[in-house]
Amino acid sequence: MNFSSLIQISIAAILINNFILSRFLGLCPFFGVSKKLSSAIGMGVTVVFVMGFASFFTWTIDTYILVRFGVTYLQTIVFILVIAALVQLVEMALQKYSPALYEALGIYLPLITTNCAILGVAIINTGKNPYTSLNYNLVESLVNAVASGIGFTLALILMSGIRERIELARVPKALEGLPIAFITGGLMAIAFLGFSGLSFVASAGR
Amino acid sequence: MHIKDEIKRGLFTENPLLVLVLGLCPSLAVSTSMVNAIGMGIAVIFVLTGSNMIVSLLRNLIPAKVRIPCFIVIIATFVTIVQLAMKAYVPALDRQLGIFVPLIVVNCIILARAEAYASKNGVFGSAADGLVMGLGYTMSLCILSLIREILGTNKFFGKLVIPGYDPMLIFILAPGGFFTIAFVMGLVAHFRLRKAGR
Repeated sequence: MNFSSLIQISIAAILINNFILSRFLGLCPFFGVSKKLSSAIGMGVTVVFVMGFASFFTWTIDTYILVRFGVTYLQTIVFILVIAALVQLVEMALQKYSPALYEALGIYLPLITTNCAILGVAIINTGKNPYTSLNYNLVESLVNAVASGIGFTLALILMSGIRERIELARVPKALEGLPIAFITGGLMAIAFLGFSGLSFVASAGR
Repeated sequence: MHIKDEIKRGLFTENPLLVLVLGLCPSLAVSTSMVNAIGMGIAVIFVLTGSNMIVSLLRNLIPAKVRIPCFIVIIATFVTIVQLAMKAYVPALDRQLGIFVPLIVVNCIILARAEAYASKNGVFGSAADGLVMGLGYTMSLCILSLIREILGTNKFFGKLVIPGYDPMLIFILAPGGFFTIAFVMGLVAHFRLRKAGR
């Protein structure tokens, strides 16, 4: 276990290969729930939570069942089922043990099954770690998942802060609503391109 | 069924990407070249038509309460077929599209059509709906990648377009994807506003 590799993974996942702004994963919630700061925070926390759990289970199943028995072509089917079941489980557990948290996150949970960011991080974790050129181990894949979730949340919160102000601005009629949000997203993506200077390897994360 | 109306609906009035705004992530990520766009489009058409047909055949057998997981399994099966076929026959394209081939599973268009159309209509209608919606998606994907490929690399299917023009690299990077779809959607909205104003 190499501690510096964990730091590299986190920085890459949060800033350099930000899930939304450079990998284009999880765009639907990015534009769907970024109208208000409070809902953006709720969605972000839920995503971090589910991403962590999901990659723990998918990594374990992939390594100890799919790869061992040579049925990796079932990856897509198995992963999506695990994620769907997990979301359902988390929902039920929250409802029973923490009604307050369920109140806050409940409406975002069903949306998460079809959030490509969750399946995306599960699939990325089955690939190779660009810093060690080895397969991700369990800790690395967990760190990668949580950091990706944090990157997602960061972009979502920044976006909602900007969009709350755009509501008050005068925008050309044809660009109202989504198009102006896309332009804002593009400007943020340019800003995040600057982080590629932090990259440790030329093809980080690809 | 009026075939002309169906086609108009899929391509224009209910275009999945530019009007309904479904399936954003893969379309922004793969629209960097025409080859990618067409490859992705064919994959989506295949999965959409296939899953629509199966969902519609099984629509009376699947209990309403567990229909979403059932739909997802059907879709994932077709995606796996596409994945294996792509790896075998077009490995270069498969590497280009990368993670976005398995991610067709969570492309909202496919689940949306299964839920909104195929689970309520007959097999032929659902197949036609899948085909038309898939074509509409492919069309908008091609529009995006046409703009991005020409502005970003000055190439069209690998051939030089305007000699002496210095391409703007930003258009094939991530920000360019956002800007391109913003302006294409703005244009669509502009024409719709003008039509409504008259």
